[in-house]
This record gives sequence, C-alpha cells and structure tokens, in this order.
Amino acid sequence: MMNKSRFKKLIFYVILILGSVAMLLPFLWMLSTSLKTSDATMIFPPEWIPKEITLDNYKEVTTAMPMGRFFLNSIFVALTSTFFQVFICAMAGYAFARIDFKGREVLFYIYLGTLMVPSQVTLTPLFIIMNLFKWTNTYQALILPGMFSAFGTFLMRQFFKGIPKSLEEAAFMDGAGYITIFFKIIIHLAKPVFATLWIFGFMASWNNFLWPLIITSDTTHMTLPLGLAALQGRWTTDWNVLMAGTMISIFPILFVYIFTQKYIIKGMTHTGLK
Amino acid sequence: MVGNKGIKKYLTIAFFLLPSLVGMLIFVIIPIIASFVLSFSKWDLIGDIKWVGFSNYIKVFNDPTIREAFKHTLVFIAGYLPLVLSISLGLALVMNKKLKGIVVFRALYFIPVISSWVAVSMIWKWLLNPEYGLINYLLSLIGILGPGWLQDPKWAMAGVIMTSIWKDIGFIMVIYLAGLQEIPDHYYEAASIDGVNRWQKFWYITWPLLSPTTFFVITISLINSFQVFDQVWIMTAGGPAGATSVLVEQIYRNAFSYYKMGYASAISWVLFALIFTVTVIQNKFQKKWVNYDE
Repeated sequence: MMNKSRFKKLIFYVILILGSVAMLLPFLWMLSTSLKTSDATMIFPPEWIPKEITLDNYKEVTTAMPMGRFFLNSIFVALTSTFFQVFICAMAGYAFARIDFKGREVLFYIYLGTLMVPSQVTLTPLFIIMNLFKWTNTYQALILPGMFSAFGTFLMRQFFKGIPKSLEEAAFMDGAGYITIFFKIIIHLAKPVFATLWIFGFMASWNNFLWPLIITSDTTHMTLPLGLAALQGRWTTDWNVLMAGTMISIFPILFVYIFTQKYIIKGMTHTGLK
Repeated sequence: MVGNKGIKKYLTIAFFLLPSLVGMLIFVIIPIIASFVLSFSKWDLIGDIKWVGFSNYIKVFNDPTIREAFKHTLVFIAGYLPLVLSISLGLALVMNKKLKGIVVFRALYFIPVISSWVAVSMIWKWLLNPEYGLINYLLSLIGILGPGWLQDPKWAMAGVIMTSIWKDIGFIMVIYLAGLQEIPDHYYEAASIDGVNRWQKFWYITWPLLSPTTFFVITISLINSFQVFDQVWIMTAGGPAGATSVLVEQIYRNAFSYYKMGYASAISWVLFALIFTVTVIQNKFQKKWVNYDE
C-alpha cells in the first residue's frame, strides 16, 4: 500500500517536472541563442552552452535600436494609463453603486453592453478620431484609450456594492458628503480591488500590440512589443540578435513577476481576464 | 440617502461620473456607433465618404479571402481549444494532489502567461525554424524529420496553435485549479467508502462539479480565439500563401494596408455577430451540461 502511493507520487512529480521543462526550455533556448555568435546559431545539432559566449548581440541591438527608449515608453504608457484607469473606474463605479440618480441603470447597461463588442470594432474609428486630433505618434494616443474601461467600472461597482452601508451612514451623520467619504473611507477599503485592476491594466498595456501598431510609426514613441516586432524587419534571420532583443523585453516583467506572482495569479483567477 | 440634495447632488454625480463618461463616449461608445455607420460606406480616409448600403456586408459573405480567413479561424479554434483545455485540466488534477512544491510549479507554468504575445511569438518562430530550430532537433533525436513549420502552408497553422497552447496552459490551469479546490473532500471520501474507482470518481464527481469552471473557460477562450491576431501577425503575417490568414488579420489589412475603412468595419461587425451568436448558443446549451447546484 505504502509503495503504491509512493509510486503514484513519483509519477505525479515526473508529469509536473516534464511540464516545467516544456515551459522553461523555450526561455533557456532564447537565453542560450542570445549569447551565441551568428555562426554558432547555425550549428546542427545546436549547442546548449555556446563554446564562445558573447554579449555582442545585446550591444548590437541596443545601439541600433533605442531599446531603452522602448522600455521607458512602455513603462510610462502602462503606468499613466493604469493610474488614471483605476481612479476613473473607482469614481464611476462608486456612483453606480451608491448614488441614486435618474437613468443610472440605463447608463450602466450601456457600459456593460460595450463589453460585448470586440475591440477590433472600434479600431478604425479610433484611428480616425486620433487622426482628426492630429495625435498619431503621440503619447496621449497611446495612453488615453487605455484609461477608460467598462470592465474596470463593473469590477469596482461590484466591490462597492459589497461594502456595508453602515460605514458611510455614520459619516453622513457627521455631515460628510459623498466626495469626502469616497476619499477618506472608500479608497482605503478598496485597496485589494485597486491592486487587481492595476495588475490587469498594467499587463494589458505592457503587452498591447495592435493599438500601438496602428497609432505609432516612429521609434521615439514605440513601445517594447512594437520595437520587438520592428527588430524582425532589421535582423530577419539573425536569431542571436533577435533573441537578445526578446530577452531585454521579457526580463523586466519577469523580474516584477517573481515578487508579485502570488497576487497576480490570485487576481487573474478571480476575474478570469488576461 | 441622507445628505446631498438638489444642485449639490448633481455636482457630486458629475464629479464622480463625468471623467469616465466623457472618456467612454469619445473612446468607446462613439467609435462603436461610428464603426457601425462606416460599415455602410466606402471611405479611404482622404476622399469623400460614399454610402453604399449593405454592399460591404454582401461582399463580406462573397469574398473568398474572408471565407478562407473564417475557415482558418475555425481551424485554429478546433486545434487550440480541445488541446489547451484537456492539457490544462490534466495538469490541474495533478497539481490538486496536495504535493510539496506545488506553488513553485504553478509559478513556473505561469511564466508564459505574463510574457507578451510578441515575445512568445518571436521565441517560437525561432524554435520552429526548420533547419536550426530546437523543435526539429528534438524530433530528429527520435528519428522524425520535422516539417517546415511556419514556412510550409500545411504546417504553419499547427505551429501557431502549438505556440498559443503553450502560452495559455498556465492561465487555464490556474482557473481549473481554483475550481477543483472548491469541490468538498467529503464527496470523494464517501465515494471511497463505496469502493468507487479513480476513473468513476473523475467522471461522476469531478467533471460534473467542475462544469461551471469548464463553461467559464470555454466561453473566454472561444471569445479570445475568434480574435486571434498578435501571434499570427508576428509569426506568419497570415502566410505562407495565406495559409494562416485569420479574421482580425483581414480587418487590420483592409483598414490599414488597403485603407478600406468601410469594408474593415463591416468585417468587424460580422466578427461581433459571430462571437455574439456563439456566446448566446453556448448559454442556451449550458443548462444541459453545466451543474450549478452544490
């Protein structure tokens, strides 16, 4: 009996380890390639640890392409759009949850309705609007559309609806208004849901490809995914250089992930969004 | 409620709602309406707008390129969905065994999820390189001559599907794991006393109690699959010879390569109708197999 359950455990570990290898191997392959000379990338069978380790690819990709700039652009766009998104969604969500006014339900259903429309539908008109404002290749074009989220508003409304009203009623008795209550009480209670929305917003912005692809064409405003895609045009088959660029783009998010993985996984499981 | 009355109340509402409302109007609601209106027009961004009635929609249904893209999108879903679901569920079942070190494994499987599609696509494009890629090397170790993958029209979609499965396994697995943890232990204990075997336990307890999770996962994955674009664009740009051309890729091409704003909008509304219909049908059928009572 003992032996049987031990054997089972062993099988389970073997499955999990094989799976982990499948998950990690591509990343190690990227790292290994990024340290190779171009001749070494075209050896068959491939070398896992290159005989000649070089950092030239990193030098080449960062001198020819403003990778640092792409990185800062990505950070700047992601941070500003998520900061405003969380606040704007929280304020609207609070109004939808707590303040009675005419047309509130209708308005809320319009918000929910927009969730069903795939983002591709709005791409063309959004591009036309940005064109009208002469905003192509600007930061505001990259940031603004990410600041407004029906999903975020919905998430906040649900959260605020769950907070007991008694907390606010005491404050009302003391003569406080909605605005004071929101900033003095509600915001502090909402920290976990703020964090969840912040993580989603940040990851969505950080990984966003289609919208920056449409709205930016100059390297000054390109974000990392876009810059990465642009590398392909320059080094079509120089996989050692391309992998060095990919390494640079993955590393920061990986670094953040190591410290926050518990919260990220938890947040994602609860809302089921990517 | 007590407190704010009259003008003051409206100012308060405006304070809370106006930022969101203005933004949603300009960047979401007006674009949705505009896209619908545009779908009945012909416009190249520069000249005058011509109103053409339903002709864009009629064209969508008769355009062989769109029909191909539609077919490829379905092929993508047919290849991706069953595999990613079963692999993720299998892994979640193993993870749910309360072994040591699960947290580490879970974190590892999640790394592809947090990596961007562009980065993942680049890595896989190199992995799938026919001559020097790792995949064909590993295949050669077991005596298989690997195909040309992304360069071969027959295998390109398989490459895109593999990449997508690899990236999404961790995400779906974590959702399944959360679902599994909600199933109370006493169901299994009672079943053990009755001498029920492993397979029966899965089939009569786990699977039905997990059906709400499965329904949720299928709904999200289907919606996302219909909108597949990033990985296709980076890995093959719809090629070779249009073999991986998908619906969103066609929207992008028509709008931003051919500047057919009206036609692109019409395709996007057909895509919306498609997603909407599938979601409604799924919701109708869920009563037949999704088990909500605890």
